[in-house]
Amino acid sequence: MNVPAALKRISETIWELPASYKEGMLVPARIIASEKLINEMDAGVFEQVSNVATLPGIQRYAYCMPDGHWGYGFPIGGVAAMDPGSGVISPGGIGFDINCGMRLVLTNLTAEQVQPKLHQLVDRLFARVPTGVGCHGFIKMKGDDFRSVVQQGSRWCLKNGFATQEDLDMTEEGGCFPGANASDISQKAVERGYNQLGTLGSGNHYCEIQVVQPHNIMDPELAGAFGLTTVPNQVVIMFHCGSRGFGHQVATDYLKLFLSVMERKYGIKIVDRELACAPFHSPEGQAYFSAMKCAVNMAFANRQVILHRIREVFSDLFHASPDELGMRMVYDVAHNTAKLERHLVNGSRKELLVHRKGSTRAFGPGLPGLPECYQKTGQPVIIGGSMETGSYLLAGMSTGGDAWYTTAHGSGRTMSRHEAKKNFRGDKLQRDMEQRGIYVRTDSFGGLAEEAGAAYKNIDEVVEATELAGLSKRVARLVPIGNIKG
Amino acid sequence: MPFEYRSDIAHADVAFDAWAPTLEELFREAARATMEVMVENLAQVRPAQTLELKLEQENEEMLLFDFLNELIFYKDARRLILLPADIEISPSDNGLTVRATLSGEEITPTRHEMRTDVKAVTMLRYKVEQVPQGWRATVVLDV
Repeated sequence: MNVPAALKRISETIWELPASYKEGMLVPARIIASEKLINEMDAGVFEQVSNVATLPGIQRYAYCMPDGHWGYGFPIGGVAAMDPGSGVISPGGIGFDINCGMRLVLTNLTAEQVQPKLHQLVDRLFARVPTGVGCHGFIKMKGDDFRSVVQQGSRWCLKNGFATQEDLDMTEEGGCFPGANASDISQKAVERGYNQLGTLGSGNHYCEIQVVQPHNIMDPELAGAFGLTTVPNQVVIMFHCGSRGFGHQVATDYLKLFLSVMERKYGIKIVDRELACAPFHSPEGQAYFSAMKCAVNMAFANRQVILHRIREVFSDLFHASPDELGMRMVYDVAHNTAKLERHLVNGSRKELLVHRKGSTRAFGPGLPGLPECYQKTGQPVIIGGSMETGSYLLAGMSTGGDAWYTTAHGSGRTMSRHEAKKNFRGDKLQRDMEQRGIYVRTDSFGGLAEEAGAAYKNIDEVVEATELAGLSKRVARLVPIGNIKG
Repeated sequence: MPFEYRSDIAHADVAFDAWAPTLEELFREAARATMEVMVENLAQVRPAQTLELKLEQENEEMLLFDFLNELIFYKDARRLILLPADIEISPSDNGLTVRATLSGEEITPTRHEMRTDVKAVTMLRYKVEQVPQGWRATVVLDV
């Protein structure tokens, strides 16, 4: 057990390290977890979330969500809101895979209709959606076209026939963060990214075919509002990927820049170099904010182009148009971003720079920024579990304001990749999963072993903790039947 | 063993320690540890292409950081799995210069058993230090 003696229990699912826990902490650090989850947290969470509390301009609390685990700079699951006037922006609070995120897509097919063609479906998705280390996409473009992609995000996809207006409406920020300027990205970032539009990548990135079983619907009203109950045993598609090598290069470029100016130019001392940062309103801070938006937009466009491919595969196999198959998006959520949002601080609305790293925005009902159809329900939140156990659809709650309307993003790892590889064999895991009704295709058995369900926390406990903490409400549990993995 | 993966300081990422009698050898070992995260059978990568690389940095630590990031860059930009064939590190006006001939080939899924993508070299617990036996590095890779 790694729990520090100074950790205080505030409520059933809120735990606090006081600002006196570590020198330099400006605010307390809060961790959302059940007693079981807090006891299982790795030591990195306590160390890193208290480090985040030392960053200039941080408001109220440094947070870590219940799927939290050891990250770099911020823990994975970390959340921090900065006063943009006096505070900093830190790439360590966003991550290298900028706007890694989840997308959930409906169909009107039932599991019974899909089962006979499941192998064909997964094989065709695997053939048509590029996966794996260094994979290149199917859209051939030049560097200049790519600069348009990163400035326009999903809007570029709409102009080029890869999206519908409804897709954009169902994407956080309409699939484009405004203010992304391609002059703030390096040539190297462009070279690393322009071949990768429409690629899944590897590691924990995947595309999954899931079933909404009637007994797994926890909130029928919300499930209905999100389009989940059109048919019993409805098949849905969930996928997870980000800004690929482009975003990784943007993060690396600015990590180096911030390390070179932070102390010398701005006199900021930090406890961990991964928390390298710059004042938000400094030239370097603003350049990174713009470059980060470029990577956010690349990730939105990436997921949109992948959706286009998925629709093609379904359409070919089931001999019907995507419209006829009811292939509408529920929503697209971003995990690794920083955004200017207005939140209530000491009774008045204030603009804050909210860093979310491995955590999801979860706006409650009525908040501006949600599409009209979700104004009453709150934002759909898509939580990807491990490939063996299942995933969740949640809804943002009006009680989430303290944590800047943020919730978990997945299960969270409990076992290192190296350990998982020692404990599991990819080929055996693939056979075992097939016996349990989950057909998996992968580029890498080694990579598959690293993603074994036992390497992750219990997803049911994670989402329950977010509900008890008033951050996000369970709508439905989604069970996998097919998966393609990089 | 010239490098060893560590499970105690990273879960979702991959951490390793590398050590070698000389700085050049340390760079080779760290390159191998990084590429082996992505390619299971690194020995099967043929030296079909070579590429000259020259990088300058103020110290050993930032030089290795840039060097490993360069290998990661070529994996995405050109789908190349590269390792240093020749490598030389010398003092220069602004610190240190590494000159290397990188050799390798394009990712070929039929022959290369690919594993997990390395996204970046992180600064978490990152260290390059001189030790009595030579040089030692601790690196956490984001995967």
